[in-house]
Amino acid sequence: MTTKPEKPAVVKEPSMLKQKAMIARNYDKLTSAPETGKKVVSTYVPGNLNELIMCFDMLNNLPEINAIQNGLRKQSGNMIREAEKMGHSEDVCSYVKADIGAMARGAIAPNGKPMPPPDLLLLSYTGCFTFLKWFELLRDEWGCETVMLQVPYDGDGKVTDNMRDYVVKQLKEEVIPAMERISGVKFDIDRLRENLKHSAAAEDDFVWVLQSAMNKPSPIDAYFGGVFYIGPIFTAFRGTEDAVDYYKLLRQEIEERIAQGKGPITPEGEMGEEKYRLVVEGPPNWTHFRDFWKMFYDEGAVVVASTYTKVGGVFDFGFRHDPENPLESLADYCLGCYTNRNLPDRVAMIENYMEAYQADGLLINSIKSCNSFSAGQLLMMREIERRTGKPAAFIETDLVDPRYFSAANIRTRLESYFQMIEQKRRPAGAPTPVAA
Amino acid sequence: MASPKTTEAIVAHCEALFGDLDFTAARRWKDAEPGRKVIGYMPIYVPREIIHAGGMLPLGILGGGDNIEVIHGDAYYQSYICRIPRSTIELAITKRLDFVDGMLFPAICDVIRNLSGMWKLMRPEAYVRYFDVPQNFRDDLGGEYYINELRELIAGLEGVAGRKIPDDDIRRSIAVYNDNRRLVQRVYELRAKTPWKAPTSEVYLLLRAGMVLPVEDHSRLLEDYLATCEARDRPMRDNCRIVLQGTFCEQPPLSLIKAIELSGCYIVDDDFMLVTRWLLDDVAVDGDPIANLSRAFLHASAATAAKYEPDPAQKGAFLIETVRKRAAEGVIFASPSFCDPALLDRPMLAKALSRENIPYISFKYAENSGQMQPIREQAGTFADSIKLWSEA
Repeated sequence: MTTKPEKPAVVKEPSMLKQKAMIARNYDKLTSAPETGKKVVSTYVPGNLNELIMCFDMLNNLPEINAIQNGLRKQSGNMIREAEKMGHSEDVCSYVKADIGAMARGAIAPNGKPMPPPDLLLLSYTGCFTFLKWFELLRDEWGCETVMLQVPYDGDGKVTDNMRDYVVKQLKEEVIPAMERISGVKFDIDRLRENLKHSAAAEDDFVWVLQSAMNKPSPIDAYFGGVFYIGPIFTAFRGTEDAVDYYKLLRQEIEERIAQGKGPITPEGEMGEEKYRLVVEGPPNWTHFRDFWKMFYDEGAVVVASTYTKVGGVFDFGFRHDPENPLESLADYCLGCYTNRNLPDRVAMIENYMEAYQADGLLINSIKSCNSFSAGQLLMMREIERRTGKPAAFIETDLVDPRYFSAANIRTRLESYFQMIEQKRRPAGAPTPVAA
Repeated sequence: MASPKTTEAIVAHCEALFGDLDFTAARRWKDAEPGRKVIGYMPIYVPREIIHAGGMLPLGILGGGDNIEVIHGDAYYQSYICRIPRSTIELAITKRLDFVDGMLFPAICDVIRNLSGMWKLMRPEAYVRYFDVPQNFRDDLGGEYYINELRELIAGLEGVAGRKIPDDDIRRSIAVYNDNRRLVQRVYELRAKTPWKAPTSEVYLLLRAGMVLPVEDHSRLLEDYLATCEARDRPMRDNCRIVLQGTFCEQPPLSLIKAIELSGCYIVDDDFMLVTRWLLDDVAVDGDPIANLSRAFLHASAATAAKYEPDPAQKGAFLIETVRKRAAEGVIFASPSFCDPALLDRPMLAKALSRENIPYISFKYAENSGQMQPIREQAGTFADSIKLWSEA
């Protein structure tokens, strides 16, 4: 009988511990809102106006993040089934159903305490049609006030003055007055400027972190690790000193990794030799997140750039929140979020990553729930293959519905894909190695 | 164009147009004079008046229906995405849309939105515009944004037309479309009043003809249908009266409409081809025509799943009002599979109907659904239950 080797203890770096503490504190603040009297705003990751929300001493609750938390804890499946029993179609977004199912089960936050109802639904309609219906559905359940911020889609690949002016005017005449009324706090533009300064500082270090993957070996995994790195900046912490400190700390850790020639940290410790460098398009699956990641690091595959880490803001092409133009800057941030960009722009962005990060290929993780990402991905894949000459592959999973994760199928596809990359690397006419 | 003069001939003419996936009528229109241009548009709404004012033909593209074998289109879409974009791609790849000079993709959902980008990648030489609309309904906010969007649209269409589109021409086109809208409303009223005289399988085809014909020809067709239909003597059946909801984008097969009717239901209202009824009243013809189109959009347009409802108390009110106005006895939610707007909206509409004790059923379809027996049985059971258990 062979004994199973003991798993090495997972090393938690200081930045990981810091982020964990930040998230825990935020959930505690949210669940204690009924006692503290703080007002809760629910909003979305793309088009998240955290800097503005903080100006009113309100707390930011993000339903997608709650659905992700429930997915990671393998609780979302039952919630989705609950929502389907209530009449929600099996065809629609599983974030929505996980959220509605969670409400039906008492809306328990990850800290085990009930999540209070939101005081305001800030419908930042950015890059996803489902958002619009999602908040109509939540409004129907909670009966709370909803304010809409429509962010026009960047259909022609350029932000026009009309689009920007529309967003700014909505902020001035709809969003800010609603927040003032509900919070009882008068809007102070200097406070917003201060928050935006923090955002810009954190964004500088965040971009440095993402671009560290240009190194060989890459010190980070920009998809599976990347989803942790985007945590603070995409959620309730952008604009805080905490976020600035987090990204400084993270940067220092990665600088050390580069100096030591190390690759990314995985849940099972240091990753081995970097064999394949990939760009990934599409969100990850959350219900089998670690199994999914393991399929990559076991094969020496590291993701050097991903589009999902741009869903809550694209910062690596120069945009920074600008304290000198606070409302215009918030508008530009919303307008520039990844899924608010048209397909030609998305293809161009991926093509850029393929070159800049010296990737071996593109992998698309196509998500059943998310038409905003998924519709058109097969054409995107072909375009990238045509433009770069590098191989692309396509797998299908879902966000938080565990019924759509087929491990065996994905593993087989990935294995074939890695073989394809090997073949592309070999000079023409070289023999194919025989598997041992 | 001379219009056929009997109901049967009108319907046969419309059915021929419906079945012609080469869009021969639109091609003929284009070929009749040098320099003519055709602008395709997808559901749910575009201001056709502006295209018309530019001397161009607005051409409704509603997918390939159940008459096209999708071979290439499936290679562009995952299995969990609805069918209309894949059959539309099929139409493009098989060169059935090669005569179309521009395409408009209205703001309806993420799939159609992304199709606009796919079109840009696939046909870089064509004029392609994602047509965004306001979800804020204040004149000085959403209206201002929309007016500027319309001005941009006009500039783009002027580029295709090769000439300016003056306000006076837009005013004239608004008047032409007002006539058409009034005629469509008259057809809908006739059907609601005497559904045995104007079955939906015919009304549907009549509306579909309006997707490919010049508006003036379509209006004549509507007038002729009204004239011949009103004089028609057909037996009234003991059917129940239902509103069909959810069919605003991917179209149900004609056989599905017939199956519902054969099951014992009169469809007395629906949301097919809302572009013909999106604006509920006449658009003012005096003054700034763009501002008039904007006001009509903001304040007198149909409520549908693709629009935000700012007032929670009004959610479902438009549907309930339609049920009341048409003296309907129930609602059939027929939604295309994987249609986010229809399927996400349905629970809220169903809840509103329940509050008013209006019965409903729901099922899904695809534009190429072939097996109608289950739908006929479901609709028939619904009709029977209404007849047996309703208070009337």
